[in-house]
Amino acid sequence: MDWEIVIGLETHAQLSTHSKMFSGASTAFGAPPNAQACAIDIALPGVLPVINRAAVDRAVRFALAVGGQISPRSVFARKNYFYPDLPKGYQISQYEVPVVVGGSIRIETAAGVKIVQLTRAHLEEDAGKSLHEDFHGATGIDLNRAGTPLLEIVTEPQMSSADEAVAYARTLHALVRWIDVCDGNMQEGSFRCDANVSVRRRGDKRLGTRCEIKNLNSFRFLDQAIRHEATRQIELIESGGRVVQETRLYDPDRGETRPMRSKEDAHDYRYFPDPDLPPLVIDAAWVEQVRAALPELPVARRDRYEREWALSGYDAATLTQSREMADYFEQVVAAVGGAAQAKLVANWVSGELAAALNRDTLEMSDSRVSALALGGLLGRVIDGTISGKIAKEVFDAMWSAGAVESAAADRIIADKGLRQISDSGALEAIIADILRANPGQVAEVRAGKEKAFNFLVGQAMKATRGKGNPAAINTLLRKALAD
Amino acid sequence: MALDEAAVRRIALLARIALSDAEIDTLQGDLNGILGMIETMQAVDTRGIEPMAHTVDMHARLRADEVTETDRHVEFQALSGQTEDGLYLVPRVIE
Repeated sequence: MDWEIVIGLETHAQLSTHSKMFSGASTAFGAPPNAQACAIDIALPGVLPVINRAAVDRAVRFALAVGGQISPRSVFARKNYFYPDLPKGYQISQYEVPVVVGGSIRIETAAGVKIVQLTRAHLEEDAGKSLHEDFHGATGIDLNRAGTPLLEIVTEPQMSSADEAVAYARTLHALVRWIDVCDGNMQEGSFRCDANVSVRRRGDKRLGTRCEIKNLNSFRFLDQAIRHEATRQIELIESGGRVVQETRLYDPDRGETRPMRSKEDAHDYRYFPDPDLPPLVIDAAWVEQVRAALPELPVARRDRYEREWALSGYDAATLTQSREMADYFEQVVAAVGGAAQAKLVANWVSGELAAALNRDTLEMSDSRVSALALGGLLGRVIDGTISGKIAKEVFDAMWSAGAVESAAADRIIADKGLRQISDSGALEAIIADILRANPGQVAEVRAGKEKAFNFLVGQAMKATRGKGNPAAINTLLRKALAD
Repeated sequence: MALDEAAVRRIALLARIALSDAEIDTLQGDLNGILGMIETMQAVDTRGIEPMAHTVDMHARLRADEVTETDRHVEFQALSGQTEDGLYLVPRVIE
């Protein structure tokens, strides 16, 4: 039987504000339990929520980045349920009129390019945390996270494989970091996904019954959970069973999804507009102000690198994975005199530099070699002072010592005597020695064997300890052999 | 629309309100009275009128993104039944 998988994702992105959605308590991660839960967050009687302007600002920024519509007047609603980490007995969310409607995200997988349509994005507050470790049979409640602003981003059920879902999640993750609305820290729970998964026979127009898998906080778990859940549903139907709509959890240790032990009542949320909060009004002037401050988006930069700087699609995509990387790349290009050297810079940034960052598990912003310093190094490759090979050696030295200034490379080249030998007199003497020492190879070259020529070039490079200018050696060797 | 007894019991459960059989009976009557009144109001022609999300026609005041609250968990937890290591303790819940 041929099955089709249908996936929709709901992503909770924690907005990078200093204070909470509706209170002036701090959102900083890692504080002692309940040190950042104020009277509003713990729902003492008589308190009133007041909306954080910066959270709305970020929602508007997101809307502009995905081409969504910004509701000029959106409504906060109470989502009612009882759970100890939700002190009010309801979560303030948005229901009928969310702040962002529509928009889309462009994703790429091995299967090609796809546009994933967004249904909506709405503002809401996070709940606290329940700690189930042993407190004499009780559960411990930390409300520091309660009231933290979230943007819940919901897609249409449009993805048809775990690969597409992961590509979407990665693209969205990169985007929210790029536009600075969310720090994207998945270990700390700043970016987490719920996946709605259903299956249907290929060609069937109707959607199958879906299950929602909650709280997937890594791309790997998202991938595995979808694969396991789709397989489970297909096997269930093929063996004569029926999928029941429910919420499930992914257990990575056992490689399976299992139903959450909530009662069905948990989903009867009885939404209604929150009487404590009049509608949120966002006027055109506010939107324009946010638009004016919006950074150039990754897709636009990518196109510009391909169009104006003639980079390959692959290079352009690699360099625009994060805004820090793209900014660094552009600073190096500017330092070496512009567009003509963009390809060389791209190779270094996505090659040596990315490898070094990876090796030391550093973020771009913590690079041990500054853009200016890398520019200084590449300037010496461009003007022929050193070869590309020697440059790698200089780069390693710069990385170990840390390099900030543009002259860092020059100092290392001088200290280690790495300056390339381009002087004809010096090279000619070396070449003469090599020809004398290798009469057999010389005869082979004269008989037309190119391999022997490469051997002689190699000997000359070795004699100069890698510092000989390869182009000069080539020319002078040809000349010497022709004599 | 009228609520039967089962619906009243379900609403009470969702709201975590414990009710005696006698109270259920009284409330069923009260609630159906309210619903009846709403049904009467449905007769008003509201075509072309945008539904309100709030009883007062105003929009939300916003605040600047500033941390203005300090750690007062000791005072707050003095009101609480059971705490430990800064955590509120509640009967065990497992998902």
